[in-house]
Amino acid sequence: MNAFDEMRGDGDSLRPIYTDVARWFESVPPDMIANRRAEAEAFFRRIGITFAVYGDEQGTERIIPFDIMPRILSHAEWTRLAAGLEQRVNALNAFIGDVYGARDIVKAGIVPEDLVLTNPAYRPEMTRIRPAAGIYSHIAGIDLVRTGPDDFFVLEDNARTPSGVSYMMENREAMLRLFPELFGRLKIKPVDQYPEELLATLRSVAPKSASGEPVVVVLTPGPYNSAYYEHSFLADRMGVDLVEGRDLFVRGNIVYMRTTEGAKRVDVIYRRVDDEYLDPLAFRPESTLGVPGLISAYKAGNVTISNAVGTGIADDKAIYSYMPEIVRFYSGKEAMLKNVPTWRCREADALSHVLAKLPELVVKEVNGSGGYGMLVGPHATKVQIADFAEKIRANPTNYIAQPTLSLSTVPCFVEEGLAPRHVDLRPFVLSGADKVRIVPGGLTRVALKKGSLVVNSSQGGGTKDTWIVEDGSAASMSQSQNQGGV
Amino acid sequence: MLARTADNLFWLSRYVERAENLARVLDVALRLSTLPSAYAGTSNEWESALDTAACRDLFFETHEQATQESVTRFIIAGANYPSSIRACIDIARQNARAVRTALTSEVWEILNDAWNEMQRVRLDALSGTDLTRFLAFVKEVSLRFDGAAYRTMLRTDHYWFQRLGMYIERADNTARLLDVKYHVVLPAAEPVGGGLDYFQWSALLRSLSALNSYHLIYREGIKPWLVADFLILKLEQPRSLASSYENLNRVLDLLAERYGRQGASQRQARRIFADLQNQDFEKLFQTGLHEVLTAFLEENAKLGLAIEAQYLQ
Repeated sequence: MNAFDEMRGDGDSLRPIYTDVARWFESVPPDMIANRRAEAEAFFRRIGITFAVYGDEQGTERIIPFDIMPRILSHAEWTRLAAGLEQRVNALNAFIGDVYGARDIVKAGIVPEDLVLTNPAYRPEMTRIRPAAGIYSHIAGIDLVRTGPDDFFVLEDNARTPSGVSYMMENREAMLRLFPELFGRLKIKPVDQYPEELLATLRSVAPKSASGEPVVVVLTPGPYNSAYYEHSFLADRMGVDLVEGRDLFVRGNIVYMRTTEGAKRVDVIYRRVDDEYLDPLAFRPESTLGVPGLISAYKAGNVTISNAVGTGIADDKAIYSYMPEIVRFYSGKEAMLKNVPTWRCREADALSHVLAKLPELVVKEVNGSGGYGMLVGPHATKVQIADFAEKIRANPTNYIAQPTLSLSTVPCFVEEGLAPRHVDLRPFVLSGADKVRIVPGGLTRVALKKGSLVVNSSQGGGTKDTWIVEDGSAASMSQSQNQGGV
Repeated sequence: MLARTADNLFWLSRYVERAENLARVLDVALRLSTLPSAYAGTSNEWESALDTAACRDLFFETHEQATQESVTRFIIAGANYPSSIRACIDIARQNARAVRTALTSEVWEILNDAWNEMQRVRLDALSGTDLTRFLAFVKEVSLRFDGAAYRTMLRTDHYWFQRLGMYIERADNTARLLDVKYHVVLPAAEPVGGGLDYFQWSALLRSLSALNSYHLIYREGIKPWLVADFLILKLEQPRSLASSYENLNRVLDLLAERYGRQGASQRQARRIFADLQNQDFEKLFQTGLHEVLTAFLEENAKLGLAIEAQYLQ
């Protein structure tokens, strides 16, 4: 498969947007690159930006490999993507509200009712709760992939609890420290305003009963959670308290936190705890991560839970397959961002097609995430394919399939030197009562194993800094590179 | 501030302080063990190190004899010793990790670096210069931690809870160190100024980085009762019980002012400080140093509980 390389295009000439950076990296001595890579690694270890890999006894704390070659998009490309992201996330929020409300989209025959009602992420409690401003997914992460100069696709929607934004920010911090030369030359849009925008978003959806300056907290499952670094990072940068379930209690349907001065009322909870663990009285009774009575305070409208309970329904990959129709239904317009064509194995025609073409397809569980439980047909052995076919036949509803996309590549520093590796992009979309905010760029994840298409950190993925370069600087670069290409 | 955050900050600095004190305990023992027995007395330095670290019983559960090798290994990284130096650094970092938002990056990085370093060093095989270098490293962690906190943290309750933990732990450790040494050296009836107690006490002072300052204050030879006076009553000596309590009172007053409320902690700290101020070294020796120190350790622990009940739950 010949992938589109974002630095070299389809051929050997540099794409203009990368010219300066590529030349710079070529011009510096190799040992300097090695030094800076080592510095980057030391930086991440020092600040303690780690993640835990579940089921891995050895390295309970690891750092995600960081690649120093940046991933660059132009301002024009970004502007188009950002408009599409806003449209898509608005539609997702409208859809979730509709699913827990009038269900017009089901009545219109667009999304099948059973797909909604039998979905494990569907929370019937939410039919009686209307979150502030009717917004459910305040923080959404939309995974984008690219296959050509102008071809971007949405691969997945993460409307539940997208993570990775701390890497976006720390990656930039590392690059600023390591390559100040490059930042001097290119006009790179900053990302460090994210926590402020997140706080503004969260405050905008505070309950009406909240004080003028609503009290926001970040709720974490605790230091042993794989994303704990991110939880503490976000609380820190927003200047709010990082709480665990045991720090909160509910009295008279109001949520309080235990402080050194007694109880203090909490208005907005940015929770990084899954629905099922939020409140032992409403969901899993054995959960110790949650807060007894939280859901009844939520019902009473005394607290905002962000993201809302039940948003996971929009992460479902079978629902995903309806996104073009969902966007059209709520916005009245065609979706600006394309979906990857998707076969729903729950439909008989699709199932037989999928089973016949398994070696060419990517198959995913509808509720899977993190790169677990998926089949990449072209990279699988015959035995793996046969085993997976069995799983699909046993429970077709649980699977969707997509063509194996030729994901774009960006060069990475790997052992053999600079070599292309597949990437994706997760921008973070903030939806408040006042407006939608998107920090330019997002998290670029890269599959560091040669040829691999799986970018998840748990599966050997790494990250890169993502640069949205202002067109002015891009133009000046293309002038110096006028003989080739674009 | 979250009560749990205050709890984490309090214990975080207690454990850093404890790690430093354990390093100092090993320092004293190492220094004394290099002396010919005519100077150091017949007592086993390594057993008294175990007493100071309050882990004698634990140690003998798994060991027959207290030797330099077995005791240093145990105090540095003993598997069944929950307050070993390694455990202290581990717990301190766990606490720090749980309250990263309440720490400056400088403070966090010192603990994280120390923890990373502990992962790297082979703690079960330290001897000779490696051992002294390691002990110096542990003391340096606490110096840097203290300095970073002092220089970078906002003077709010975050800083104060962290200081409370440090001073309570320090008072505890100084009292223990003194109590154990007092038993080891000769009873007061023995002629003083001879070889034996001189080396014992000077090793103790040196391990507290207090040998020179002792001479500055007293301008005479090392006398056991003056050492006791120095480490218990002298406000000038930053590791003394009186100095720790002067600081504890100041910090607790700041908290009371900030929260607009006095409580059991403030009362307990004031009582202990007043007792110390009413002492002089003659009274100390009439009552019996051991009795005074034992009572102090109990009252100090009670202050810890009072702080917990008032702020940390």
